[in-house]
Amino acid sequence: MKIVVCIKQVPDTAEVRINPETNTLVRDGVPSIINPYDLHALEAGLQIKELTGGTVTALTMGPPQAEDALREAIAMGVDDAVLLTDRAFAGSDTWATAYTLSRAVKKIGFDIILCGKQAIDGDTAQVGPEMAEFLDIPHIAYVKAIDEISTERIRVKRMMEEGYDIVESPIPVLLTVVKEINEPRLPSLKGKMRAKKAEIKKLGFDALETDEHLVGLKGSPTQVKDIFAPEMKKDRKVLKGSPEEIVEQLIGVLKEMKCL
Amino acid sequence: MDYFFTEEQKMIQELARQIAEEKVVPVRAELDEKEEFPHEIMKVLAQSDMFGIFIPEEYGGLGMGALELCIAVEELSRACLGVSTSYAANALGTYPILLFGTEEQKKKYLPDIASGKRLVAFALTEANAGSDAAGIQTTAKKDGDYYILNGTKQWITNGGEAEIYTVIAMTDPSRGARGASAFIVEKGTPGFSFGKKEKKMGIRASVTRELIFDNCKVPKENILGREGMGFIVAMKTLDQSRVGVGAQGVGVAQGALDEAIRFARQRVQFGKPVISFQAVQHMLADMATLTEAARSLVYSVARYVDSGAKDISKPSAMAKVFATDVAMKVTTDAVQVMGGSGYMREYPVEKMMRDAKILQIYEGTNQIQRNVIGQELIKEAARKG
Ligand SMILES: Cc1cc2nc3c(=O)[nH]c(=O)nc-3n(C[C@H](O)[C@H](O)[C@H](O)COP(=O)(O)OP(=O)(O)OC[C@H]3O[C@@H](n4cnc5c(N)ncnc54)[C@H](O)[C@@H]3O)c2cc1C
Repeated sequence: MKIVVCIKQVPDTAEVRINPETNTLVRDGVPSIINPYDLHALEAGLQIKELTGGTVTALTMGPPQAEDALREAIAMGVDDAVLLTDRAFAGSDTWATAYTLSRAVKKIGFDIILCGKQAIDGDTAQVGPEMAEFLDIPHIAYVKAIDEISTERIRVKRMMEEGYDIVESPIPVLLTVVKEINEPRLPSLKGKMRAKKAEIKKLGFDALETDEHLVGLKGSPTQVKDIFAPEMKKDRKVLKGSPEEIVEQLIGVLKEMKCL
Repeated sequence: MDYFFTEEQKMIQELARQIAEEKVVPVRAELDEKEEFPHEIMKVLAQSDMFGIFIPEEYGGLGMGALELCIAVEELSRACLGVSTSYAANALGTYPILLFGTEEQKKKYLPDIASGKRLVAFALTEANAGSDAAGIQTTAKKDGDYYILNGTKQWITNGGEAEIYTVIAMTDPSRGARGASAFIVEKGTPGFSFGKKEKKMGIRASVTRELIFDNCKVPKENILGREGMGFIVAMKTLDQSRVGVGAQGVGVAQGALDEAIRFARQRVQFGKPVISFQAVQHMLADMATLTEAARSLVYSVARYVDSGAKDISKPSAMAKVFATDVAMKVTTDAVQVMGGSGYMREYPVEKMMRDAKILQIYEGTNQIQRNVIGQELIKEAARKG
């Protein structure tokens, strides 16, 4: 089984502050960490490997310093690591990111691709499923448990608002995972020592054999115009009581507002 | 202070600290309250290769020594001495195999110990043999291809949880201390069972239990060294491991000091944080100074042990005595600095104070350590003439 885990290096939000004047994140001096959901994806990858054998490759797209995140993944036990880095990739939105990652996993080869459900800095939860679309393979998002796995098929529990779905899919497949799926392991000493010396494979634009209009800023249909904290509206009213009473009150309020 | 650790030593410190903070601190009060063995934490330590630190690479370990082990023990002790005792007793039980085992014995046992698959315990103490270890009454009688063990060991750390036990028993009671031998006894050996589990004042996450040998048949190839070498095995083992007890002292002292400082900065009386009172500052200053002095001594002695020096009895005893007396004082003073809050179970320092007490007792009481130091001083003086 060839398992590829996509991880992202993000600022440690526990340490991030917002500059109140510009409304942007103050990233200076903020430590970088592996996106917390991706730690669960790494753990899931390592557990699958323990069951089925094979290899786990960690993949990230980012600036050269994202290499640190890959070394952490090696310390946890992944077999190898690939860094997608190139000036041409700068400014990618989720579409371009997913496209670029999908080109890279094609190059690396895969049976199962694992992603965290979302990154804590962007919170879009789009990149995983978009990658699957680019690759034309099935995907299951919000996986909270892997119930059965063979080299051909996988059966998982997908988290829903209430309860869960049981979903089965052929392999190859892409999964995005939620925190409930497992508890990520800590690194090991041997892993840390290996990570220090390990060679990180680097892939740039040229290696992906693609068109420059499909990656980076040029390949991104969305662009960020402004970042701001949503205004809090304070004129709220909470209706209390039994459902019947609340409905009564609500009708009254709506009539008052001349909506009814 | 910078102790100029190598990259690898820093890695151990960093990872042990992460385990302590993320896996031990959140559960230590509950483990203490329920007197529960830390199975989950042991698994984490195994997965992180912590059990392999001092075991040679050819047996699956990391091939490091006493200093690296002390670094790990100190970090764990900062969070919980119960957990660190379970971890350190494993090393205590392993040293006899490491120091005196045959190639076969090492090949058979060390890889599973290094990976954390099998936990180890060291069994010397008996009801009538505490400080006076020569008083042991457990016997081992040769019978064909076996030794038949009979007797009861008491207060054995990791008893019942460990899979491998290094046991000191008398092969020739008539010869006294020269008649003892050391054996490897595996859990599950017919005639080997576990007795009373102690209820303790502190280190309650660590299990302390009786081992009962009732015509227990141990294969003769499980003897460590030769017949009659039992006390040499035990004494060399303790010389090797004692500095680790010192590291436990440094860890718990640091843990208590950290809590006391944090509390004193935020507790306001007479309109200001209590840390602004000189009397409190002076207590904290002494606590910090003693802790740092203990740490320096422990690291120096660990490095000396790792140098392969033979005369390690005295320095090891010094590190144990000093660092554990410091631990008792610093944890007691941490409670004092925190006042009534320090006495409450809501805060961790009362547990640290209860836990610290054991360090002055086990692996040779601090009185016995002073005896060792005193005897060495006499010998050294006699040699100089
Ligand atoms: C929690 C716990 C865990 C333990 N784990 C283990 C273990 O894993 N394996 C193991 O083999 N043992 C273990 N022990 C036993 C431990 O090593 C002994 O308790 C210790 O050596 C002291 O022996 P004792 O308790 O019988 O005290 P005693 O020897 O009865 O001593 C009583 C007092 O007399 C003093 N004293 C005795 N002789 C002298 C002397 N000659 N000079 C001056 N003072 C003296 C002592 O210092 C002490 O203050 C453990 C004990 C405890 C409490």
